[in-house]
Amino acid sequence: MESTNQQHIWQVLQTVHDPEIPVLSIVDMGIVRAVEINSTEVIITITPTYSGCPAMDMISMQIRMALLEAGYKNIVLKQILSPAWTTDWITQEGKDQLKAYGIAAPVGKSADAIFLTELTIECPQCNSTKTELVSQFGSTACKALYKCNDCKEPFDYFKCH
Amino acid sequence: MKNTEQINQLLHLADNALIIGHRNSEWCGHGPILEQDIAISNIALDYIGQARNFYQYAATCINGNATDTKPATEDSLAYLRDVRDFKNHLITELPNGDWAQTNLRIFLFSTYQYFLYQQLQQDADAQIGAIAEKSLKEVTYHVRWAGDWVIRLGDGTEESKARMMNAVDYLWPYTGELFLDTPTSIQQQWLQKVTAVFEEAGLVIPTNTWAQKGGKEGNHTEHLGYILAEMQYIQRAYPNSEW
Ligand SMILES: [Zn+2]
Repeated sequence: MESTNQQHIWQVLQTVHDPEIPVLSIVDMGIVRAVEINSTEVIITITPTYSGCPAMDMISMQIRMALLEAGYKNIVLKQILSPAWTTDWITQEGKDQLKAYGIAAPVGKSADAIFLTELTIECPQCNSTKTELVSQFGSTACKALYKCNDCKEPFDYFKCH
Repeated sequence: MKNTEQINQLLHLADNALIIGHRNSEWCGHGPILEQDIAISNIALDYIGQARNFYQYAATCINGNATDTKPATEDSLAYLRDVRDFKNHLITELPNGDWAQTNLRIFLFSTYQYFLYQQLQQDADAQIGAIAEKSLKEVTYHVRWAGDWVIRLGDGTEESKARMMNAVDYLWPYTGELFLDTPTSIQQQWLQKVTAVFEEAGLVIPTNTWAQKGGKEGNHTEHLGYILAEMQYIQRAYPNSEW
């Protein structure tokens, strides 16, 4: 029974989206770290993508709403900082959805040395690799702004983090 | 249970992040071009997020010790303390000046934070370690972004170089304070990184080692009062107001 409930809760959480990247569920984003159920409470543990992520309060509220609507009560939301969120936790499905949405998915694995070197980023529109970095900070802290020299479109790149 | 000194250390880390974050946020809507305006506003947001994490933890520790006083919150710590209670390093409260001074400050300070957070990751207190681990990823980007600007302006036109040199003269006396109570290894690592970027930028490390100090003890420059007047105005004028 407990594991059925747990599976169901993960399904409900799949319907909650990051307000800044509406195509991606918070589960595919890697924000949900744990779902626990005990005799009285449902405990959801989440972690922010960035310290200053302004979406966390809204995401917490949406999780609560979605679970209430699905019939759960006594929902406890916990925020943890460690281990720090990394783009490695974005699922493959999540990366595919990012690309379809026009955001280039993080390339490679997160590691201190790697994300400080220049990478070849593929244009999510035309798949060209003739792209260049415009700014390390795009529309939000987690994205960088690139432009494609083939199709001339600007695009966001989800930084490896 | 944390003693006063440990709580003050938490407030010091929080105040540093809040004040430099607030300074950077002053550029929001005034950046030289849109992309850089967005970049510096995002950096400000990172800093304010780090400040929140430290304030929240400081509040928990303060409330754990207190018996019957009004509980501390992240908001009361940020908005209801006065100049003498703030423990930030002086360099964080200095005016932004021009783009050169703003970026040199971010570079010098975030490089210091980079090595400090690396060390704090291993702190005996797991929560401090967790905040440091989280912040370190962000600070790494700040170092690179601001360092790129230091090189671009230092190695740029006659005017941009002159402005960067002015910024070095102005800010350097405030860097010594950063290392008064940190292990010498941090200062060495910091100086190594700063030297490498200065060399690429064609800038010279000042030989003057005289240092301004006092921020951590609450002895601030005249600038902090103006920052707090603006930042705290709404909470002071309309206590407990919320968005
Ligand atoms: Zn393209």
